[in-house]
Amino acid sequence: MSRNAKINTLLLAVVVALAALPVVLGMGDHKEEPFTGSDAQAQTAITENEPDYEPWFSPLYEPASGEIESALFALQAALGAGVLAYYFGLRRGRRQGEERAAAAAGASSGTPAE
Amino acid sequence: MHIAEGYLPPLHAAAWGAASAPFVIHGARALSREVKSHPESTLLLGASGAFTFVLSALKIPSVTGSCSHPTGTGLGAILFRPPAMAVLGTITLLFQALLLAHGGLTTLGANAFSMAIAGPWAGYAVYRLLRRLALPPMVCVFFGAFAADLSTYCVTSVQLALAFPDPSSGFAGALAKFGGIFAVTQIPLAVSEGLLTVLVMRLLSQSSTGELVRLGVLAPARPDSTEAVAR
Repeated sequence: MSRNAKINTLLLAVVVALAALPVVLGMGDHKEEPFTGSDAQAQTAITENEPDYEPWFSPLYEPASGEIESALFALQAALGAGVLAYYFGLRRGRRQGEERAAAAAGASSGTPAE
Repeated sequence: MHIAEGYLPPLHAAAWGAASAPFVIHGARALSREVKSHPESTLLLGASGAFTFVLSALKIPSVTGSCSHPTGTGLGAILFRPPAMAVLGTITLLFQALLLAHGGLTTLGANAFSMAIAGPWAGYAVYRLLRRLALPPMVCVFFGAFAADLSTYCVTSVQLALAFPDPSSGFAGALAKFGGIFAVTQIPLAVSEGLLTVLVMRLLSQSSTGELVRLGVLAPARPDSTEAVAR
């Protein structure tokens, strides 16, 4: 593995560790329901500060179940990851194509074909 | 994690909407100028938006025993300046509000202000400041992305504390409460986002060297390096 790839792998490993450690170390154990969303907790806190607050608008569309919701979140991540992968793939392909063209031009005439 | 639909009083919702609108409009103009003058940057802009899309879909456990998600706005703010992220961040928020019931339309203004405006500007400011101190570029990128992520949730806490002050301790008490929920949870996630942004920036500096030089993230390559030959 090149030094570059080692650094990149290390970066990813730290990110994974940061996400996994709270679960592994049981940092949610003090809660009734561990690892809920912070937005849900904020809603509870709002009701504590202002017990008669009623949300005055509800979402136009709400996923019918937790499964559908997680599917849509996965879809969002997949769309983003797909575009990112397309970008890096395109760049890599272009670069390789340029290098090949430059090598071919250098071999045939010694001057760039363009 | 954004403010849920209907969870800001109408007056606050309208005020944050009014505060965000000029930034988003200005951002849309800046974005179309950028695309017109540098059509080749459209792809990288798309990739920056995609990064925000991925990161804000990932709810990650944190040390407080709750989950939150990063924002991914630091990368685009560093590459294309914060106005571009006002648009890309708002698009992401709109997607989540419409399809995922995450965040909301009435709270879109407030959420856009924290994630698409305040976060990118804070991250960009930290990044520029550290660059001026001549720190290594990737160190500046890390702290820029870290600041963009964390400040987003600090602003969210302020927004909620303004709308829902504590009955006894007022704004300060509420800020401590919401800060404990959002900002503290966010610290390890902001570190993760910083590291991921560095990772993507490292990949970009290999694959899109010319682009990054034009955007001022990388120093121009020396004539003897291979990059100069490839261009």
